[in-house]
Amino acid sequence: MSEKQKKASAYWKENVGYLFILLTIWFIVSFGAGILFKESLDTIKIGGFKLGFWFAQQGSIYVFVILIFVYVRLMNKLDKKYNYNE
Amino acid sequence: MSVQTWTYILVGLTFALYIGIAIWSRAGSTKDFYVAGGGVSPLANGMATAADWMSAASFISMAGIISFAGYDGSVYLMGWTGGYVLLALLLAPYLRKFGKFTVPDFIGDRYYSKTARIVAVLCALIVSFTYVAGQMRGVGVVFSRFLQVDINTGVIIGMIIVLFYAVLGGMKGITYTQVAQYCVLIFAFMVPAIFISIQMTGNPIPQLGMGSTLNDGSGTFLLDKLDGLSTELGFNEYTNGSKSMADVFAITLALMVGTAGLPHVIVRFFTVKKVKDARKSAGLALLLIAILYTTAPAVSVFAKTNLINTVSNEEYTSMPVWFKNWEETGLLSFDDKNEDGKIQYVADKSKNELTIDNDIMVLANPEIANLPAWVIALVAAGALAAALSTAAGLLLVISASVSHDLVKKVFNPNISDKAELWVARGAATVAVVIAGYFGINPPGFVAAVVALAFGLAAASFFPAIVLGIFYKKMNKEGAISGMVIGIVLMLYYMTKFKFGWFGGGTPANWWFGISPEGFGSIAMIANFIVAIIVLQFTPEPPKEVQEIVENIRIPSGAGDAAEH
Repeated sequence: MSEKQKKASAYWKENVGYLFILLTIWFIVSFGAGILFKESLDTIKIGGFKLGFWFAQQGSIYVFVILIFVYVRLMNKLDKKYNYNE
Repeated sequence: MSVQTWTYILVGLTFALYIGIAIWSRAGSTKDFYVAGGGVSPLANGMATAADWMSAASFISMAGIISFAGYDGSVYLMGWTGGYVLLALLLAPYLRKFGKFTVPDFIGDRYYSKTARIVAVLCALIVSFTYVAGQMRGVGVVFSRFLQVDINTGVIIGMIIVLFYAVLGGMKGITYTQVAQYCVLIFAFMVPAIFISIQMTGNPIPQLGMGSTLNDGSGTFLLDKLDGLSTELGFNEYTNGSKSMADVFAITLALMVGTAGLPHVIVRFFTVKKVKDARKSAGLALLLIAILYTTAPAVSVFAKTNLINTVSNEEYTSMPVWFKNWEETGLLSFDDKNEDGKIQYVADKSKNELTIDNDIMVLANPEIANLPAWVIALVAAGALAAALSTAAGLLLVISASVSHDLVKKVFNPNISDKAELWVARGAATVAVVIAGYFGINPPGFVAAVVALAFGLAAASFFPAIVLGIFYKKMNKEGAISGMVIGIVLMLYYMTKFKFGWFGGGTPANWWFGISPEGFGSIAMIANFIVAIIVLQFTPEPPKEVQEIVENIRIPSGAGDAAEH
């Protein structure tokens, strides 16, 4: 493998690693908190919201927005590290 | 001033604005027409994407559906926003780097096959037509209620406006009109929501108002109140659904994956300059979408509570004006079964006397809450902005599929840029006419077809694109057989349980207890599995194709979206 290819595959590995972590969080807040564990979370109440219901209709969406911005930051840093930024 | 005068003024002003923008930003080349010249700023692109993404369904129907479905309605909230995360992380940056005009372009090149390209074109056309017919219908409903014109006249007015700026401006015109439409629609959605939130809970932020106590001094939480009202009338608790957990899971997944595969949204990421911009504009777009998507469930709660308080057990003759107005459109009906002159709105179908269409909840919400006339008119303008922006985006996909993917890539590769531009415009015109026809004569199975569109996108595009990027060795045999199996399975299940073909079936016969709406997730999994199995027995893709994959994984040197 050439130097260039080595660099590319190292970059790709880190990229996929980030995606794995971010998508795990994506799964936990929506399918986890909003669906699978909704009932047990509903026993906790914050203000007028049952927690599971809140995750399903509000919380998961806030986390989604944060996830994309975290992704943008991580990738911009990664691009710089590997000198792929323009 | 009356509601109608206000509506004429606001709708007239916004339409004039859209047309003005279209003239200012008309397309001069195919590149302008398909990808707006590839030089749109991330913020403008984010706003345009948000308007493109939020259709008449998001603006008019979603809050209403949630009003009646309660917790079960969460599938749309999580499905449509969560799918966006998949799009932003797994598809957008790489497709931008790939740097072509359309999704079939990617499928055709990545899988080095004309068959794959044609399968992709057909999927794109089916998905887009289904969607666009729904938008035209939405335009018709708004016109007929607020401007007292016939639904058909409404659809035709909508057709002319969209035709004008989509055909003239192409992607460039559409992008800048969508920026304006986003502003109109979000303002129109938020103003009544904030008003009502203050009215009911004293909290000006609807997202918080939803979880606050009522303003009536009782100290009861709004959601507890609504849960109580719902059970009193025999419905499920609002915050608990009636669908099985497996089905909620499957529907959410199918909607997420289906939306990520919608071609008219993917194509938006071809309009920015760099991969970095594609990522950033995806983030901005979701932020702008989330404003509406987190407000919608609050609107649902406000509207449902208000509705029950206004109608339940009240004299029919004492109903406010909006009740009569909506009765005239046929979207609301009262049938005094026990002839006591009062309205019984209950879960028991044999006793229930009130039928309400989902779509009323957002459109009538300001009237139910007694808001000023200009707010009611604003909602009409917002609903039109939502419907028109999505319709325009879809028309562009249809015209590009025909002029670029079929005419240029399959039938006549030597066509000049100028001729291709005219073919694109012609295709857009034909598409508007067909969409308008379906808007005027909606097929009786609209809802089923829309669910099918998501299912098809989930079962076909998503696995093919993801494998194309993340699995370098994936070959054409695997991808094509996966897509075909996914689509066939989806069509079979949908037609069996929705239209009663192949012997039909009841919910008791559903596979794994999953409804046709959620079946896209099963078909998608089947697609992945078939693709990977077929791959084991067929030759790996040629060297050049593997190099393409290596190249799209690296963000630098994206260049302009071009045809090489």
